[in-house]
Amino acid sequence: MLVRAQVLVCGGTGCLSSKSKQIKEAFEENVKALGLDNEIQIIQTGCFGLCERGPIVIVYPDQTFYSHVAIDDVAKICSEHLLKGRIYEPKAYKEATEEELAKIKSFGEVGFYNKQLRIALRNCGMINPFDINEAIGRNAYQALGKCLTEYTPEQVIDIMKKAGLRGRGGGGFPTGLKWELCAKNQADQKYVICNADEGDPGAFMDRSVLEGDPHSVIEAMAIAGYAIGATMGYVYIRAEYPVAVERLQYAIEQAREYGLLGKDIFGSGFDFDIDIRLGAGAFVCGEETALIASIEGERGMPRNKPPFPAQKGLWGKPSIINNVETLANVPVIILNGWEWFSSIGTEKSKGTKVFALGGKIKNTGLVEIPMGTTLREVIYDIGGGCPNGKAFKAVQTGGPSGGCLTAKHLDTPIDYDNLIALGSMMGSGGMIVMDENNCMVDVARFFLDFTVDESCGKCTPCREGTKRMLEILKKITKGEGTMEDLTTLENLALMIKDASLCGLGQSAPNPVLSTLANFRDEYVAHVVDKKCPAGVCKPLLTFVVTDQCIGCTKCKRNCPADAISGELRQQHFIDPAKCIKCGSCVKGCPKNAIVVQ
Amino acid sequence: MKSLAELKKIREEAASKINLRTAKDGYRVVVGMATCGITAGARPVLAAFVDQVAAKNLDNVTVTQVGCLGECALEPVVEVFDAQGNRTTYAEVHVADVETIIEQHIIGGNVVTEKTLEVIKAAK
Repeated sequence: MLVRAQVLVCGGTGCLSSKSKQIKEAFEENVKALGLDNEIQIIQTGCFGLCERGPIVIVYPDQTFYSHVAIDDVAKICSEHLLKGRIYEPKAYKEATEEELAKIKSFGEVGFYNKQLRIALRNCGMINPFDINEAIGRNAYQALGKCLTEYTPEQVIDIMKKAGLRGRGGGGFPTGLKWELCAKNQADQKYVICNADEGDPGAFMDRSVLEGDPHSVIEAMAIAGYAIGATMGYVYIRAEYPVAVERLQYAIEQAREYGLLGKDIFGSGFDFDIDIRLGAGAFVCGEETALIASIEGERGMPRNKPPFPAQKGLWGKPSIINNVETLANVPVIILNGWEWFSSIGTEKSKGTKVFALGGKIKNTGLVEIPMGTTLREVIYDIGGGCPNGKAFKAVQTGGPSGGCLTAKHLDTPIDYDNLIALGSMMGSGGMIVMDENNCMVDVARFFLDFTVDESCGKCTPCREGTKRMLEILKKITKGEGTMEDLTTLENLALMIKDASLCGLGQSAPNPVLSTLANFRDEYVAHVVDKKCPAGVCKPLLTFVVTDQCIGCTKCKRNCPADAISGELRQQHFIDPAKCIKCGSCVKGCPKNAIVVQ
Repeated sequence: MKSLAELKKIREEAASKINLRTAKDGYRVVVGMATCGITAGARPVLAAFVDQVAAKNLDNVTVTQVGCLGECALEPVVEVFDAQGNRTTYAEVHVADVETIIEQHIIGGNVVTEKTLEVIKAAK
């Protein structure tokens, strides 16, 4: 019998960490035990995107979508579904919304997916990343073949320019123009660099593309090489992405074996090869000149531009640096034409963008949407809104370089220019949702903590300025801030933005500036009233026992600081001077009698 | 890789492997595969459908299995849904009938009346 069903098990880092590898092995054992191993194939793929519900398993051709699968469920799914054809309901995906709760959804019907348009993620979760044939079956390397046999390098650049693809790593520089600038420079050697140094906290779109569809990046780098006249490419990827590195390495070797990398590709006379360079995970190495320095073996620090990398890049030779997601778009643009691509999105931002949805949102995961989709659609229709009925407060886009947007910005169509106009930025695509329990001062402090750590120290405004800003923010969260501090904070922020050398420093104050603009009353509450309205900044909280107390003495016994006094069956009392605000009394109280003010 | 033709060949071979994973809008064949169906011989019937659909290159046809369809006495039961969702239920389908159903119904578009559940039930 031929293969009649395929079981796809997610092998993205998210699902792997919840044992999806063992789940795949359990499927193989069970299918074998049932004597179905000739007719059912078990395949490990890249990320499906709905990481919140992982580990995810999809059974084709039925398209049954199983979520939160545990090793113990595998035997049941095999004996029920694969042998007897009955969907194993306890693990079949159900929508998070109540009215849809009872209905089992097949993959194509899941609300999380049907608002998305997957271009860069087209093969993630569809193919086995270790099998180049599956990638080729989904049209990999067709575009490279087309470029090498039908187009001149100038024509390739022209298509990219007309398509209107802009860099997905954060800056949004037009990709075709970048290629053209580099192509014009004559040199004996040029380089194509793929920037896979994804550093924003919570962002993982580049990792997912490399884990799920490494061939799309390899193919695009070869196309870029052909367009600019380079024969060598480097992928700069952080060592903390071991799964992506392994799959990319394997894919490069397979491509070499098939002659899709190496000498005389498709008999065209064009040579191209790719090597991997591992980074140590410094945020600043995502900046292109710092990245080049790091590949060269120098300390990862940015330098002045010009000269731009297109003129003097890696080892002094003209180079282009493109982000992973940008590259993943290239082969589809060549195959489907620039007219198709430029018909998607808004006037100045074409195509789609992948976002890593995180924070206080029901469907944490990876989503790809056409440019121009509103924040509301992403957060509510795809993301499912904030969990536990909490109120939406803000969304942070662009990671440590971006800003916080509020409920009044929810209907803004997402594109590069709109986000910048609102004081945030696209960045690489991190999207962190915050609810009423997030303190915006604390959020700003968190991001600044990150940039202070990651500042390379080369230029003074960033090295010293961000540190001073962080000190002021810490002062405010302790209740020791003054109104004058807010002014200093603003002045420092604007100075750092103006005077820093690279993008890290120029954008580091954004989280502070945008929270100051949108949530000034929260800062004022910390400074003037010495209160944290969201109940996050511990030094500003007071724990009080209300008259709901039944005098069970549980809190008194649990308190590590001996701050609680009271007799059995009488209301207890917390001594604010002794209280260390650990919250153990609140958690333990059977009557919810202890409140935080 | 020396030519596009070579790539095309690999692509075509691989496409049939991953064809299961693409959504199709043609006929959908479901075979009842609960204990009753399996005992009555549904497994070889399912296998025959899968093999013949592949052999005839009917790449817009989905063959899948379901649980008990409730007519345990008349197993193996096979249902064919067309693109509009019209449902035909066949009963007592054996390997020998598979080709007829594929040729006559799925390729030809005409229901194999003598194998439908209603006709077989009426005859008993």
